[in-house]
Amino acid sequence: MRSLLPFLASRLVRAAVALWLVSTVVFVVMRLSGDPVPLLLPPDAPRSEIFRVRAELGLDRPLPVQYAVFLGNALRGDFGRSIHFRQPAFRVVVGYLPATLELGLTAFALAIVVALPIGVISAVRRNSAVDQTAMGLALVGQSAPTFFIGILLILIVSLNLGLLPTSGREGWRHLVLPALTLGAFAMASIARLTRSSVLEVLRADYVRTARAKGLSEGLVVAKHTLKNAAVPIVTITGLQFGTLLGGAVVTETVFAWPGIGRLAIQSIYNRDYPVVQCTVFLSAVLFIVINFCIDLLYGVLDPRVRSG
Amino acid sequence: MASSIPASARAELASPAATATSVGRSRRTRVLALAGGAFVLLLVVAALAAPAIAPHDPIRQSLRARLAAPTLSAADGKAHVLGTDHLGRDVLSRMVYGARVSLLVGFAAVVVGGLIGATLGIVAGFRGGWTDSTIMTIADAQLAFPFILLAIGIIAVLGPSFPTLIVVIGLSGWVNYARILRSQVLVLRSREFVDAIRALGGSVTRMVSRHILPNVLSSLVVIATLELARAIVLEATLSFLGLGIQPPTPSWGGMVHEGREYLDTAWWISTAPGIVLMVTSIVVSRTGDWLRDLLDPTLRGE
Repeated sequence: MRSLLPFLASRLVRAAVALWLVSTVVFVVMRLSGDPVPLLLPPDAPRSEIFRVRAELGLDRPLPVQYAVFLGNALRGDFGRSIHFRQPAFRVVVGYLPATLELGLTAFALAIVVALPIGVISAVRRNSAVDQTAMGLALVGQSAPTFFIGILLILIVSLNLGLLPTSGREGWRHLVLPALTLGAFAMASIARLTRSSVLEVLRADYVRTARAKGLSEGLVVAKHTLKNAAVPIVTITGLQFGTLLGGAVVTETVFAWPGIGRLAIQSIYNRDYPVVQCTVFLSAVLFIVINFCIDLLYGVLDPRVRSG
Repeated sequence: MASSIPASARAELASPAATATSVGRSRRTRVLALAGGAFVLLLVVAALAAPAIAPHDPIRQSLRARLAAPTLSAADGKAHVLGTDHLGRDVLSRMVYGARVSLLVGFAAVVVGGLIGATLGIVAGFRGGWTDSTIMTIADAQLAFPFILLAIGIIAVLGPSFPTLIVVIGLSGWVNYARILRSQVLVLRSREFVDAIRALGGSVTRMVSRHILPNVLSSLVVIATLELARAIVLEATLSFLGLGIQPPTPSWGGMVHEGREYLDTAWWISTAPGIVLMVTSIVVSRTGDWLRDLLDPTLRGE
């Protein structure tokens, strides 16, 4: 455990730098977007009124000061008022967060539940028809664009077979297709990784020993293989959860799922920049925190990564 | 991982059945590789010669021919083989022109990302110290974030255009190039002949072009191929979200978006470009995997 502290420190620095980078980009982009004051006032507002609002928003101050104020506000969750919703942007975004978390967690759970058994079966029955079909599908799942997987699912499952609804959020039936779409990439990656790490362990000397002493194949897999194959699977699985957040933007748009991804896209159309910034910032925080926790978990599980 | 190779090789040698399947597999691999190559060739030809190949004007609307189903028969011999969209435009022609957008943005983004990444990687490797740790920390930080969110924020403000799109997609992929070049520079920097070149007054540019680039060329080709697949999918995704190529210019992602409303009555509008996009992505990324196994097995691993 001696080397865990420097590892922790380096990961903490990395998370902090990532957060700072994201907020700086958000600030720069915001400044590039031009003067927000005309958006807030009626077109015939007098010059004195424009100057008053500029001063009120702090836009008359030097850029470095504005930057410092922005960073301070961002840390307190203050991104200004939403132009469209007429309330603080932070409150708007937080209101949309549960739908995204529900979708993300379901997609993640679905991906694991489907991918783990498939990966193990593919490894144990290597080169069988099951293995080849599953790995072929996994390759497609890894390289097919998320939005088109969604469109295909709507076309086949909803419109042709009439099994599930195409959009909205009312009960579990509405959750199945979006979760499948969002989880497809993670499912494919986890299945492939599970297969390769189980295969690797199956070749290890201690597994040969277990076979040599007459254990049944089932016992060999269950007792000697799965546990040892688990470490890389846990890590990659965790990392996949972070990537799901990026895919949520696309999936929520395809299925009209009322989460923060769709909110971000709609706010862009509405030119509601406070909400866009708040969404980008908040998802960055979420993503970075998740990655940090996974890194920590990994550091505890597998001492070898601490040096790397 | 290295220890596993001899074991599997022995296993395959031991059983004649395994040898037979591996021969079967390599033949199948060759057929697949050929089919993939033919597909890419077709795409490139379609993109280059779009005006000559497309049977119709991809932008001209025709209210009488709205939402026409795919058909092979037509009075004037110019059938809408893949049907028409909600504005009566020929889907096949739009797909052919869409190949231009996909390949142009894809290749340009790979070049932009490659130039930025290679430069930063070489600088980081040669300078070391502060410069190195700054660049690599930024690289790590970028990897720790779903870039599509940032891309959305940037494009939302700057407005979608070809240059913005190319730069944003290019920027999203510089890290891999930077890493490989940096590590190569670090390896070379420790060699004696590099000190000798320095002592003789050799320039850095020459050292990079004579000794570093030849060493990393195969890795660069592999990364660029995988990046191309990623860039094409990212462009299509942004266009699908309305943040990429703007109408009426045809792009595959934009076409899938336009057909979303008409899925139940005119499925072909979304499906045709979507399938081509999917196949392109699979073929290009498989080619990348295949090149990696062929040229540079060290890049292997998730």
